[in-house]
Amino acid sequence: MLKRALIAPDRLDALQLHEWDRLLPEARAAGLLARIDVLLNERGMFNGIPDPVKPHLIAARRIADNERCAIRWEVNRIAHALAGVDTPVVLLKGAAYILCGLPNARGRISSDVDILVPKASIEQVEKRLLDHGWQHIKLDEYDQYFYRQWSHELPPLQHRDRGTVVDVHHTILPPIGRLHPDPEKLLEASVPLKGTKFNVLAPPDMVLHSAAHAFQDGDLTRGLRDLVDIDDLLRHLGEKKIFWDELVARAEELDLCRPLYYALRYSQFYLETPIAQNILDVSKAWRPARTVSFVMDATIDNVITAGPWRKDLCLKLSQELLYIRAHWLRMPPYLLIPHLIRKALRKPHDGA
Amino acid sequence: MKISQLTSVQLLEGLVGPGLFLSAGPFIFQIRTKVPQIAEGLRLLYGDFRIASCQDFADFHIRFEERRSWRRGFRPYASVEVDGDRPSGPVPLEQVYAVFEGCLNWCIFTQAYQYLIIHAAAIERGGRAALLPAPPGSGKSTLCAALVNRGWRLLTDELTLIATDSRTIVPLARPVSLKNESIDVIKNFAPKAVFGPVSPNTIKGTIAHMRPPAESVARLDEYCPIAWMILPTFRSGATVSVGEISKGEAFMRVAESAVNYMALGQLGFELVSTLIDEISCYRFEYSDLNGAVRWFDDLVFGDKSIVAQPSESD
Repeated sequence: MLKRALIAPDRLDALQLHEWDRLLPEARAAGLLARIDVLLNERGMFNGIPDPVKPHLIAARRIADNERCAIRWEVNRIAHALAGVDTPVVLLKGAAYILCGLPNARGRISSDVDILVPKASIEQVEKRLLDHGWQHIKLDEYDQYFYRQWSHELPPLQHRDRGTVVDVHHTILPPIGRLHPDPEKLLEASVPLKGTKFNVLAPPDMVLHSAAHAFQDGDLTRGLRDLVDIDDLLRHLGEKKIFWDELVARAEELDLCRPLYYALRYSQFYLETPIAQNILDVSKAWRPARTVSFVMDATIDNVITAGPWRKDLCLKLSQELLYIRAHWLRMPPYLLIPHLIRKALRKPHDGA
Repeated sequence: MKISQLTSVQLLEGLVGPGLFLSAGPFIFQIRTKVPQIAEGLRLLYGDFRIASCQDFADFHIRFEERRSWRRGFRPYASVEVDGDRPSGPVPLEQVYAVFEGCLNWCIFTQAYQYLIIHAAAIERGGRAALLPAPPGSGKSTLCAALVNRGWRLLTDELTLIATDSRTIVPLARPVSLKNESIDVIKNFAPKAVFGPVSPNTIKGTIAHMRPPAESVARLDEYCPIAWMILPTFRSGATVSVGEISKGEAFMRVAESAVNYMALGQLGFELVSTLIDEISCYRFEYSDLNGAVRWFDDLVFGDKSIVAQPSESD
């Protein structure tokens, strides 16, 4: 239902009330309700939808507008805190999309800010943020240790008054994981963001990071939203023909071919992203073994098309598989197994 | 059709089958459950509420299911699901009704950002509303319950919705939530008041809900402009004392009590500042409910002297 709405927004105004009854919770659970509102307004179709639906979209719009505003302010505050620090700071994901005015900033909800800095400057950046009101989110000793020892980012820093969270990365994937994109190359290619002290990733790197985040580092709990990001970026950046060749070359250079393969495959399959055949042909060389490919297709399909109501064993199994897969890719087995045992023995938290 | 027009069997059939489409103010809740405490609570407390005539759409889809699990020593508990999401962990059955009411509140305050949502009670008389924002323990709900048993219309007890264009209150008139001693205080004050299932041992103590007056529910469609904001404090043995509060302080109190003041940004600021300019704001201390009701009645029927009275200490 949601997938169809995203692919064919022109037909949103033909939806019956009982169809909206299913679509609203599905879109909300996927973090895409404000997106539906944007799609309607861009087409001037908002007034045509049934009245009971409208307040939900207005509410979602207000929430998304506020988060966008909060991110801009947060970026402003980070700039303030890092004033005079002589190091490149790259805005990643949501903050970059918003400040660059990219199409996937529309109706996107997330109030965390992610930044990438050279490993050599990370202590200095952390200290500055701590001096300016950010604090470490209370984690137990194990989590603290885990972040510092094995992760590609600092433990999350939360501002004591605003409650907003900054993730400070020194690379985009865990250094102990399977793939090793060189952060130096990302920083080197990053482009200055006019009027700010920040940089953003170069266009192909932006897509590759998004793909790596979804298919290498994440467990796809919000898979459709990840794909919407990728789809938007590909449509927008892909208008320039040269982008596609750069993307392929860059994937190889940064060791991110596999995630890009998945990103292209699923974005095209679920959201009908226009991707030239020659690019798809090239990406086929990056696909996994036939059995892995088969299992990935099946589990991802389960997770992406589930909607909020499905709670059956098959879906649970798929989610579990993707969770384990994400961990498997993140760290070698001698670390993974004790880690998962620790996590499993922990008290299950509410609602899980 | 009203819920009271259903027989107990019909009500249960609805709850177990396609769901009960409860129309509460601007929202339609689809409620599905086999838990008897919830059916009982709906029958006792929501009799005057309408069932939505169109069952194609609900704003929120709520499901409570009774479960047992080896992890909990096979003791029964309830699981909560809203639109497929789990807003709360497992609920002990003895507290299920309070959690059900809390769940309806959760739907509203996490999602109904089309309104300014204030954590406050609101009551109406003579076409004008008094807003009672207050922290828990200030006697807000007790005062609200007392007033609606003496001719005031219940607009809402827990969450006040303010339309962002007209600054009027959009009534909910859902049951009034009372805690601990307040339950008996109101039972003595208004012996005819009807109460729903009692939920003991919650974080806030014992909770029971009072059925809203039929007239308040019948007038759910009448939005109401705000005339006063009153910050009540219950202090044992105190006589009624009143003090005016400054616009600045009043503004801060509304902003603090609002769930989504920050999220509404500029709209929220403009809305609250205009609202504060339009209304009178008082601090109000009381211990005796009859005295409190008298003061509120005088507020409406024009005895201004009582308002101007300087604060008295004991």
